Order: sequence, then C-alpha cells, then structure tokens
Amino acid sequence: MAGFRYESDRVTAWCPGCGNFPLRKALVSALQELRLAPEQVVMYSGIGQAAKMPHYIRVNGFNGLHGRALPPSLGMRVANPGLKVIVESGDGDTYGEGGNHLLHNIRRNPDLTHLVHDNQIYGLTKGQASPTTGPDQTTSVQPNGITAQPFNPIRFALGMRASFVARGFVGEQDHLKELIKTAIEHRGYALVDILQPCISFNKVNTYQWYQQRVYKLDQDYNPNDYRVAIAKAEEWGERIPLGVIYREERPVFRDYLQQLDDKPLVEKSVQPADLEYLLEDFR
Amino acid sequence: MKLNILIGGEAGQGLNTIDLILGKTIFRSGYHLFSSKDYMSRIRGGHNFNMIRFSNEPVTAISDEVDILVALNEETVTLHKDQLKEQAIVIFDGDVDTGGKELISLPARTIAKEINPRGVNTVFVGAVLKILGLSIEKARAVLKDYFKKEEVADDNIKLLEKGYQKVNSYFNLPAASGLKDQLYLDGNNAIGLGAAIAGVQFYAAYPMSPSTSIMNYLASKQSQLGIVVEQAEDEIAALNMALGGSYAGIRSMTGTSGGGFALMTEAVGLAGIAEIPVVIADIQRPGPATGLPTRTEQGDLLFAINAGQGDVPLMVVAPRDHKDAFEQTFRSFNLADKYQIPVIILSDQFLADSARNLESFQLERLKIERGLPSPEELAKIKDYKRYEITETGISPRIYPGQVPGEVVLIDSDEHDQYGHIIEGAAMRKAMVEKRGRKIAKLAAEELLEPVYQGGETIDFLLIGWGSSYGPLQEAVQLLNQAGYHTGLLSFNDVWPLPTGELTSRVEKGARVIVVENNATAQFSRLIRSETGLTAEKSILKYDGRPYSGKEIFQRVISEVIQ
Ligand SMILES: Cc1ncc(C[n+]2csc(CCOP(=O)(O)OP(=O)(O)O)c2C)c(N)n1
Ligand SMILES: [Mg+2]
Repeated sequence: MAGFRYESDRVTAWCPGCGNFPLRKALVSALQELRLAPEQVVMYSGIGQAAKMPHYIRVNGFNGLHGRALPPSLGMRVANPGLKVIVESGDGDTYGEGGNHLLHNIRRNPDLTHLVHDNQIYGLTKGQASPTTGPDQTTSVQPNGITAQPFNPIRFALGMRASFVARGFVGEQDHLKELIKTAIEHRGYALVDILQPCISFNKVNTYQWYQQRVYKLDQDYNPNDYRVAIAKAEEWGERIPLGVIYREERPVFRDYLQQLDDKPLVEKSVQPADLEYLLEDFR
Repeated sequence: MKLNILIGGEAGQGLNTIDLILGKTIFRSGYHLFSSKDYMSRIRGGHNFNMIRFSNEPVTAISDEVDILVALNEETVTLHKDQLKEQAIVIFDGDVDTGGKELISLPARTIAKEINPRGVNTVFVGAVLKILGLSIEKARAVLKDYFKKEEVADDNIKLLEKGYQKVNSYFNLPAASGLKDQLYLDGNNAIGLGAAIAGVQFYAAYPMSPSTSIMNYLASKQSQLGIVVEQAEDEIAALNMALGGSYAGIRSMTGTSGGGFALMTEAVGLAGIAEIPVVIADIQRPGPATGLPTRTEQGDLLFAINAGQGDVPLMVVAPRDHKDAFEQTFRSFNLADKYQIPVIILSDQFLADSARNLESFQLERLKIERGLPSPEELAKIKDYKRYEITETGISPRIYPGQVPGEVVLIDSDEHDQYGHIIEGAAMRKAMVEKRGRKIAKLAAEELLEPVYQGGETIDFLLIGWGSSYGPLQEAVQLLNQAGYHTGLLSFNDVWPLPTGELTSRVEKGARVIVVENNATAQFSRLIRSETGLTAEKSILKYDGRPYSGKEIFQRVISEVIQ
C-alpha cells in the first residue's frame, strides 16, 4: 500500500550526503512494503544525529534521552503488543551510554527491532570516538589514537544469545530494506547494526572503505547455526559480512507475563471499588 | 495508658515474625497500635529491634520507654536496660542481669525442641499475650493466616499455647476501644495499595532499601491484578521504562530511595519537558551516597523539588502518616495524569517500616481521573498536536494507536506543538510558559494546605512536614499538658508549597519552631525562600533515627523555652 506517507516534510539537521538519508529511505520502503500504517508503528530513539529519525519520518515517536532509547520501549511492550516497535539510535547512544540497557534487553527478548546507525563516531558532538571507532584512529579527544579495543556489536549480541543479529550497510539499499523487513517480522529482539559513513567526522570509514570490504551472506550460510554465527561474528577488517548472522525463535518478554491475557493493558481499566478485596490482607 | 513492647535480637532471629503475629493479634483485639522497625543493613548478626506500642487511644509515634522487653539474645538486655520503666518485665530464655527489673525466664528453646524447633519465637508470642492478659483466640487465627502449611500452623498454635501456659498475667489492661472496620498496615504497603487502587498497571523499579517493599507488594499482587512489575537493570532504566508505559497509555510508577532517585533525575526532567505523567516514590534514607541504608531521614526535600536540570514542572507530596500515604498516592496518579507531570511521593524509612491501625478506606468515594479525552473529543481530533498551546497549558493527551491516522510524538528536546525538535526563541519561550501555566494552575487549584491542630491563641507554633506528623502530635499534646500553649502545622504538599495557612498562622505572632529530620533545616529554608518568613528555631535530628513525641517535647523545652 504505497498510500501511506511516512516521510515528513521537515528539513533535516543531517549533512548533505549523510548515511542517515539512505537509511531512512530503506526504512520507509520496508514499512511501505509491510503495509504498516504510520499509527501502527512506534519509534523510540535516544539523542544524536541518528536519534533524530522520529522527526523525519511520520510514525509515533518517543525521542527520549541519550542512551535511553530501549527502556521506554519496554513500557510499550507491557502496555500494548499490537503496535510495531522500532528502536533507532546511534552507535554511541546504543553501545556507549546505553550499554547496560542493551545487554538486559537482549536477555528479556522483547518483540522489537533495534536499528543502530553505526557510523563508528559520535556525530552530533563533532567527532569523538564511539565504542566502534577503529583502533589507532585519532580524534579531537584522542589525538594520540584510540587505545581501547573496539566494541564488536555482533559478537556481543551473539555472546548474549540475542534472538536475531544482523548487519546492514546503507550502500546496499535493497539488501538493507529486506534486512529491516526481516527484522521487523522477527518475533523477539532483533538487532540490526547498520554501517554508514559519517561524511563530516569519520574520515576513515567512508563509503569507499565499506564498499571495498562488505559482502552479502548467501543462501549457503545458515543463520540458525550458533557456532557458525559465532565464527562469522569475528569477521571484521578485510572482509565484512552483511545479512542475518544469527536467528532463533524463542519466547519473547511478553510470553513470560502469564498474568496478561490477549486484551492489551491499555484497553483495560478498573474502578477502585472493584478492588475492595485488596484490603483483606490488612484486616 | 500506652504500653510499649520491644523485641530485640540479631538479624535472622525472626523478629519480624514475632512483630507481625503479636502486632496483628493486638490489632484484632481492638486496640490502637503503632509498630516500628529498627534494623541494620545486614542479613545475619548485629542488633535489630521492633517495637509495638498500643493503647486504647490513638498511637502515632514510637516511644523510648519500654514496658515489656522480649530479648532473643543477651545483648538486647544490655542495650535496652536503660529504657526499662519501673514496672517493666524482661522475657529471656535463660538468666540475665536486668538491673533489678522483673525477669521471666522462658525456656522457649527447650519447649520448641519437642514440637518444632523453628517455632521458638511463637513461644514468646504466647508468653507476651498471657503477660498482657490478652485472649489467645485471636492469635490462633493470625497464625493460621500466617503459616500457609497446615502442619506448620498447628505446631505454632501448640507452641503459642505452651508459652501462654508457662507464665502469669501481669497487666490488667483496660478494655480495648472496640475499634471497627480498621486496617493495620505499614507506610510502603499504604503506597503500594494506593497505587494498586489507583489502577497502576506497570511498576518498574530497582531494589533499594527502604523502598523495596512497595515493589514486593505489587509483585505479590500482579497475577491477581493483571499488572506488570519489572525489575529494571538500574534506576535510570526504571524511570525510563515507566515513562514508556505511560506514553503507551497505562498508569506507570517507579519507587526508589535517594541514591536511585539521583540516577533518575535526568528522566524526571524528561517527564517534565515531554509532559509524561508518572508517579515516583522516593523513600528517603540518610545520605549522602549510600548513607545509612536502613535508617530514616528527611534529607531529600530540596533535592526532590529541584530534581533535574532546568526548570522542571513537577510536584512533590510528603505523606504525613499511613492513611495519608494511601490517599496521597491515589491523588498523585490523578494529578500526574491531569497535569501531565511527574509527581514525587517523598516518604521515608520511618513511615515505610512502621505500621499502625487506621480506619478502613472508603473505596467507592475514590475516583480515577485519567485526564484523557472523552469519546466525543477523540472523534474531533485531526492533525493531532501533542503539545497544543492552550490557555491552561494542558494539551489533549492521546496514546499511540488510539486515533486512526494520527501519530503521537513526544520529545526530550524543546519542541513545537507537534513534538518536533526546534531551536527557535519564540517557540522555546512559548513552551516554557505553557509548562509554567500548568504548574501555576496546579498551585492555584489543587494544593492541600497544611493541617493545623491547636487553639486559636498559642505561644508556640511547631511546623513539620511529612512523617514527623505523628511524633509532633504527641509532642504538642505533652506541651499543652505542661501548660505551654502550642499549635501544630503539618504539611504534606511541599512543592509547590502552599503558603496561605502558613502565613496567616505565623502572622498571629506565636514563636515559630520548625522540626525536621535532617541536618540543614531544609524545610525552614524552603519556607524562607517561598515566603520570606524566618523561623525562630529549628529542631533537627540527623542520627538516622525517628523522633519520639517525648524527644521533641523535651527539645522544645530545653532548646526554646528554657
Ligand atoms: C546525558 C548526555 N550525555 C551527553 C550528551 C551529548 N551527546 C549527544 S549525542 C552524543 C553522541 C552521539 O553519538 P551517536 O550516538 O553515535 O550518534 P550520531 O550523532 O553519531 O548519529 C553525545 C555524547 C547528551 N545529550 N546527554
Ligand atoms: Mg554515531
């Protein structure tokens, strides 16, 4: 249903040529092809250039705090299972400030899609290292090069046994669109780390840099095999695999909430007088 | 007549079980009672004690003077000997120096060994009931409620009877006042109950003393109520989760103590600027940092009213007692929803861990007000603006998915009426003023003035806020009995601060004394900054312990009157 309009008319705060544009394009096509109405989608984001996405696409949006995109999305999973939840933020927001939430939400496995704009840099604050910035890269704050080991989100998520782990690249539009669709259709927590250049502040990881290295996993690759996936997660540097690296079906956060029935909490209400029985404990 | 029973021992000796069974039995016998816990932040060892004070008149505070000392170890006698009244009785399994006070040596362990060694404490309960001359019948029923397994309940009933038979009656209690339709609950249960009855559907929190029992209570009810309690990975997540639930359309809450509240403050600001209703309970303990985890203080006042960077629209309510904790929690949800703000319930360990009897709540009188549009208003919504600029500052609030074709956008950045990020000066100014109008309206229409108790012509005016109400009531009674004409002004809304009653009382010219459980006179400073009024004297306590009425009385005499 191409009838749904997702793109907002707002002028963005993104640099011309920013990787956020092709990412938005892929996302919009994915939503269109999944025939989701804008009011059926809720996007949660943190703070950063990537995190401004809810302003540049017409869906429900919760543009919260830096690093805190995930926790509020869990509130939606409690209240209303009917809406599609997309969490979208930068690499700094997700893997730096928000690291603790990332790890615990992989454990909870709520039904949501997590799109991480991984430009391997802090964009909005003008070019400091993010957890994924490459070794030895110099920045204004790390003039002698980064000494901490880079964070490998794929390996991390697999180590935590996330139920869906994938990598995309904004330079591969169709592939990215399909990847986002698959992630949205996955029942459970789906992490998609999306490589994208930051044309202003990351002079190392350019379109060209990525294009020389990325390759798409083909039909021979079995994303259900955990051991194979673990090995694949190590691949980074000369060759960078794109696609669904691992997936498995397992119960989601809401499945464990046995006290809930099919009617969403948001459609329920009580009257105080109905709860008279609660007073009994105190008599 | 008020009697005070102190039960002391090591952590892990089961003091709370004695307290609960004895307390509930006294409660069901129709007395007024007030019980409190003094415990260390440890699981085994150390020294903990519980006190149960009861009477046929209302009891609103602890007392330092002990009538019956139940000592589960020798150290308890050593530590509390000085508090024993002339006619006091000590119950101990063995021989101990009581400093000349009556000792009842109760061979509880030997008795329990034959029936059920784990029920030693129940032998003590039986003995205390006999000493007090109370009927054992009520205690049997309490044990049946408490021990879910029938064999265990039966063993304990036998042990109760053994203890009862072993000793003599000492007190000739006046008949109970025959109270009807009462509840007996602690401050945190009152908050949990208030939240449940207000229809909370999501409680996200991270464990922290002394707030955890709110989470425990709601967790224990989640199946019955069909609600969700989530243990968050940290307090930052806890409040952000609650905000997500509220945005999604359900009543959401979190609870913590000062340290966790410190972590939450950025999200308090988010609730303020994004206009998301939420209720946050801060059950204070002494700080800074880890402070005294299981003790009490009113030290978070100025922190709570100033929580978050920038001008955060928020409200802070400090419950005065157990009934108030219930009522204010219920009210906080309605106000949070109506004004789309964070409402902070500022309680403390003293209120949280003390329990008392009160008149049962009239639930049919309570009305949940969600502040959501009516079906007619919903039908008219088109081109929805989450932050529509209105005269009252309150914008129509809908939740995602509620209105076909409409999306709901909220933002922690400054935003326009649709929720889109902006930086323009005019819109920024308009939004700050819109949020300001909400608080102005709330201040004008919703605030509860402090309660006043006392005569119209007084020489001394004691001012307190939150949980000091009970001890202050006793202190004022004692002062008046001693011939000092004293009135009491007790606040529960502390931010915005209601100033009408305060100014008119102070203008009458009594000597003003502010009594607080902190070291830096935070409430006096708040009064001064909001009204320009300066109290003559502050009575402060910051040893981590609650006031007793007598202590306030004595300190008013020694620090003000003399
Ligand atoms: C609590 C807090 N700390 C720091 C900041 C400043 N800040 C805003 S965005 C950002 C990092 C952005 O990097 P990333 O998440 O990778 O997003 P990008 O701009 O690269 O898309 C930082 C440090 C903030 N807004 N809030
Ligand atoms: Mg980045």
